Amino acid sequence: MQKQLANWGNYPAVTCDEQSFTQDDQLLSFVHQHDAVIARGNGRCYGDASLAVHSISTLKYDKVLDFDTENGFFECQAGITLDQILDIIVPKGWFLPITPGTKYITVGGAVASDVHGKNHHVDGSFSGHIVYMDVLTADGKTIRCSPTEHTDFYWATCGGMGLTGVITVVKFDLKKIETAYIKQKQLKAKNLDEVIRLFDEYKHYTYSMAWIDCLKTGDAFGRSILIVGEHAKKEELSPKQAEHPLELPKKGKLTIPFNLPSFVLNTFTVKAFNWLYYGKNLKREINNIVPYEPFFYPLDAILHWNRGYGKAGFVQYQFVLPMDQKEGLVTILKRINEKGWGSFLAVLKVFGQQESLISFPMEGYTLALDFPVRKGLFQFLDELDELVLQHKGRLYLSKDARMKQDIFWKSYPNAQRFADIVHQYNSQRKFRSVQSDRLLITPPEERQPTAANQ
Amino acid sequence: MRQQHYTRMSTVLILGAGSDIAVAIARKYAQEKYNIQLAARKTEPLVPLQQDLQIRYGITASVFAFDALDTASHEAFYAALPEKPAITICVFGYLGVQEKAQSNWAEASRIIATNYTGAVSILNIVANDYAARKAGTIVGISSVAGERGRQSNYIYGSAKAGFTAYLQGLRNRGFHSGVQVLSVQPGFVYTRMTENLPLPPLLTAQPEQVANAIFKAVKAGKNVIYVKWFWRYIMLLIKNVPEGIFKKLKM
Repeated sequence: MQKQLANWGNYPAVTCDEQSFTQDDQLLSFVHQHDAVIARGNGRCYGDASLAVHSISTLKYDKVLDFDTENGFFECQAGITLDQILDIIVPKGWFLPITPGTKYITVGGAVASDVHGKNHHVDGSFSGHIVYMDVLTADGKTIRCSPTEHTDFYWATCGGMGLTGVITVVKFDLKKIETAYIKQKQLKAKNLDEVIRLFDEYKHYTYSMAWIDCLKTGDAFGRSILIVGEHAKKEELSPKQAEHPLELPKKGKLTIPFNLPSFVLNTFTVKAFNWLYYGKNLKREINNIVPYEPFFYPLDAILHWNRGYGKAGFVQYQFVLPMDQKEGLVTILKRINEKGWGSFLAVLKVFGQQESLISFPMEGYTLALDFPVRKGLFQFLDELDELVLQHKGRLYLSKDARMKQDIFWKSYPNAQRFADIVHQYNSQRKFRSVQSDRLLITPPEERQPTAANQ
Repeated sequence: MRQQHYTRMSTVLILGAGSDIAVAIARKYAQEKYNIQLAARKTEPLVPLQQDLQIRYGITASVFAFDALDTASHEAFYAALPEKPAITICVFGYLGVQEKAQSNWAEASRIIATNYTGAVSILNIVANDYAARKAGTIVGISSVAGERGRQSNYIYGSAKAGFTAYLQGLRNRGFHSGVQVLSVQPGFVYTRMTENLPLPPLLTAQPEQVANAIFKAVKAGKNVIYVKWFWRYIMLLIKNVPEGIFKKLKM
């Protein structure tokens, strides 16, 4: 049955059919029967990366296969979401090695996007924590790959947006914790310079990120709240918390039931930020112990917050610039600021070093913010893309819904190598998405005309 | 004395454990700390679910080969269960293809043998054991299709009608021997089998809703449940259309 399918940004919506599977033979016959197939998890990538004529929903392929509580390893089918994993591992004293800002993504999605978290500068991205994984390829064979086994294939699968095949099983390592709490520190920064200085000063903290105000100009340009944290130790908890150190206090969830006009979300975030910045937070620095949920997943508390952007949807724009391109960050932020089309808040984070083939992170600054879809937006984002490229940066494919293909080919240094490996295992273009077609990673004609793009 | 016996039997047997509804039921009961026995024709595909239940919920899950069509094997299957379940949930069924079944006896008889004969065969054995123990709960998943025969699925519907009547009679018998029998009429359910059908959201349940409804109904000692309450009234309407009119309808 054909239906309109869209991911988290509600843009674009594409006519797809979606089929799920619970057993290997069902997956195999689906892949065998169809072309233009892409695996789709919980639909939390923002754009068109998991949209194709035939989407394979992995959500019912969600079984836990092994949990080594002694040494901290977890093996599961790829359709399980991180929130389910946290419910299993946290009570046993373990945590995810890497988590993005939502726990409602699947493990397969975490691999295909090679997700990063607030601890990138210390722990890298998800691909650095995989022991091995199984991937069903276009010819119907399953390849077990790891950093030491089928390595080309492995590195083209990490961050490879599902183009090498369907990730079925993943084994990864976990992080030992004593409590379900985070010892958090919030620091106010007057402007961009100060927050960048603070990132450096607090880089020994495992977790760090900043909320940055995109509207302020002049002296307060880039005023921010830097939030850093560590997993709390048992002795740091209050007596009440220490009674059940690995359990979270129970609370309900808010759901936005329908699409709201887009100003609602901005008003909400402005208020929340100001409350933090000016409210009880008159001191420059606050220290407290908080449950891990609000620390890692502040927006998950409002299910379907994306509907706050209205029916037209939004795109999330996330780029990274190398460390020596701080000026570029200022330039781009100024352009966003002048235009006034973006969300009021952006997330700023400093990445550490990363070795990878096609993953998004590299050592430098990454900024993410939302733009409600409107007339003229894509033209403006094209201008930003040029600035990102000029400053040797690139865009996050998991958030992308509209980048022009030449930006991708020029900004990802290993794009050709990646496309070659994809072609080697997926030469008939069985696995392809609206995104991979748009970016010409799986081009309709012959191979990508490489000369034109290098 | 009887109570003591009952609490020791904290195992649920799921017959036809491969379906989405079965997975949801298994997870619900495992979450409530029941041990789970998974039974299906092929056991190998059940192993990931077995692992999943044990790791997530810290209970014991086991896997058994069970073929509803092979009625001769049912006695031995039940006898071989190392622990007799406190609750037996009969989830298996076979929808088949109506048009094929009209002219192809193999298809028709498979529909009847799975939904009626096979279910009766295994539940007779379970019921006799429960009656002897004077304890136990049998849950049968039947279908609203069994409440009135229609041209689009009357072979499946008539098999389910037979199963529904069987459960009614079993409930009557069980009442006098301390055995609970619950009939479940799920209506439409979002599963792998139905995900490409345009189902009306108001009338369609998630597998988890079916599982929760069963768990609650067993606890409350209910007799018959419709997972979505709408269905009770829809079926009441449908059952009351005079046959003279009903036969002219296309449904």
